[in-house]
Amino acid sequence: MSPILEISGLSKTYASGFQALKHVDLAIETGEIFALLGPNGAGKTTLISIVCGLVNRTDGTVMVAGADIERDYRAARSLIGLVPQELSTDRFESVWDTVAFSRGLFGKPKNPAYLEKLLRDLSLWEKRDERIMALSGGMKRRVLIAKALAHEPRLLFLDEPTAGVDVELRRDMWRLIRELRETGVTVILTTHYIEEAEEMADRIGVITGGELILVEEKAALMAKLGRKELILQLCEPLSEIPAALGRHKLELRAGGSELVYVYDATRESADVASLVTELSAAGVQFRDLRTTQSSLEDIFVGLVNGGGRS
Amino acid sequence: MTGGVNLRAVAAIYNFEMARALRTVMQSVISPVLSTSLYFVVFGAAIGQRMNEIDGVPYGAFIVPGLIMLSLLTQSVANASFGIYFPRFAGTIYEVLSAPVSYLEIVIAYVGAAATKSIVIGLIILATASLFTPLSIQHPFWMMGFLVLTAVTFSLFGFIIGVWADGFEQLQVIPLLIITPLTFLGGSFYSIDMLPPFWRTLSLFNPVVYLVSGFRWSFYGKADVNVEISLAMTLAFLLVCLVAIRWIFKTGYRLKP
Repeated sequence: MSPILEISGLSKTYASGFQALKHVDLAIETGEIFALLGPNGAGKTTLISIVCGLVNRTDGTVMVAGADIERDYRAARSLIGLVPQELSTDRFESVWDTVAFSRGLFGKPKNPAYLEKLLRDLSLWEKRDERIMALSGGMKRRVLIAKALAHEPRLLFLDEPTAGVDVELRRDMWRLIRELRETGVTVILTTHYIEEAEEMADRIGVITGGELILVEEKAALMAKLGRKELILQLCEPLSEIPAALGRHKLELRAGGSELVYVYDATRESADVASLVTELSAAGVQFRDLRTTQSSLEDIFVGLVNGGGRS
Repeated sequence: MTGGVNLRAVAAIYNFEMARALRTVMQSVISPVLSTSLYFVVFGAAIGQRMNEIDGVPYGAFIVPGLIMLSLLTQSVANASFGIYFPRFAGTIYEVLSAPVSYLEIVIAYVGAAATKSIVIGLIILATASLFTPLSIQHPFWMMGFLVLTAVTFSLFGFIIGVWADGFEQLQVIPLLIITPLTFLGGSFYSIDMLPPFWRTLSLFNPVVYLVSGFRWSFYGKADVNVEISLAMTLAFLLVCLVAIRWIFKTGYRLKP
């Protein structure tokens, strides 16, 4: 399948001289959920803003479904929906009016049935005649999502969708994103909640200091960089690791009552099996075992602090 | 979208702006009509009876075109500047900027709505004035022409102010410090021929003189300056505003970093 979004050599230097993006290349496949992960000020919002037409690029090209975002902006933008980070909503307008306005703004003919379904899906139907200013923060966030989806976009940007959002809305949002994907909508979300990327994304990009330092399938990323620990609870504490087990990377914890084996998640089974065999041969017995795997968060912190390309 | 023009977007923004005016009908229609009526009561009925006719026109009737212009200018600037400033202030401008609309369509929608509102107010004031003083309109076509042209030009000017302003104070400052004085000194309440030569010459640098003069000509066939010059000056100011707006969108000035 051809990419719905192709970014190449994208750079942005603001008038202040701040370089927000440094030669970013990225291709997003149709129908995937992509999480752009990075600390505050890394360039996530600038990247989205350029694609959506809110910020002028300094250099590079951006194509949406083959349409250049500047030369062919009508074709490009009519495919895009944006849920911004800030709760920037109208105040005095009703929910229904603001959502209908969004649809018209993107050049789509009226479709009350679609808007009704959209509002129902977002639990906004009961509030359709209320003024937006009377709604809670969470409800306003839903209104912004409804506005972004009002023109049936094929590429949806969610900029920090769950920042400051309650658990219920977060679950609803995740469910909605999955449903959108089933209808073929591509979703790009930025977040600094690792949990969110881990839960939702097919692929993950890590951006820091304006550079996209890594783009990887989530599973591959976790496997590649994931560190696994096998923790054995021994029947008898050991004072030192038996010499026969010297070739394994082992350490003793909890006063010698726990034997910890650290290994690479990619080449696991064979080594674990041989370790267990060698343990019994060495007469070391254990009553319980558990494994822990490093989370995306550990990986992310390692990457951003290390700052290096991988 | 139909062809290369996003008419639905123009309609969406235009209707949004008109709905805002209807919601705030109290401040957007009633207050300008009320304040203009007060001018008629004070200048037309009370003082006007003690004044001589100017160019053969009773004073009460003489000031009508100027008063309509006064409201038209302030309302056009206020409506258009607020219309674009508020979305900038509230952050909702992101949606318009990210939509498949051209700059021209954005300007047509916002400026069209602002001009429509001030034209409606101008006509309401005209109707109100006819209750206080007998009116004649010799050139109704030109009267509407000047009304529309002035409303559009000053709505464009208001749009520029709304893009430029960085706060509500700046939004108020131009109408308060420039538009209102220029209108009062622009021959709304007198003929500039009544001024000493020096002040009369100075007045010719005031663009509002040409608007008021041309507009008054369409009512009574009498003008301070030639009506062709009035028309040319109005069109020149329109052109200046269009060039400025083109520059705003080309550079992204205060809209697109």
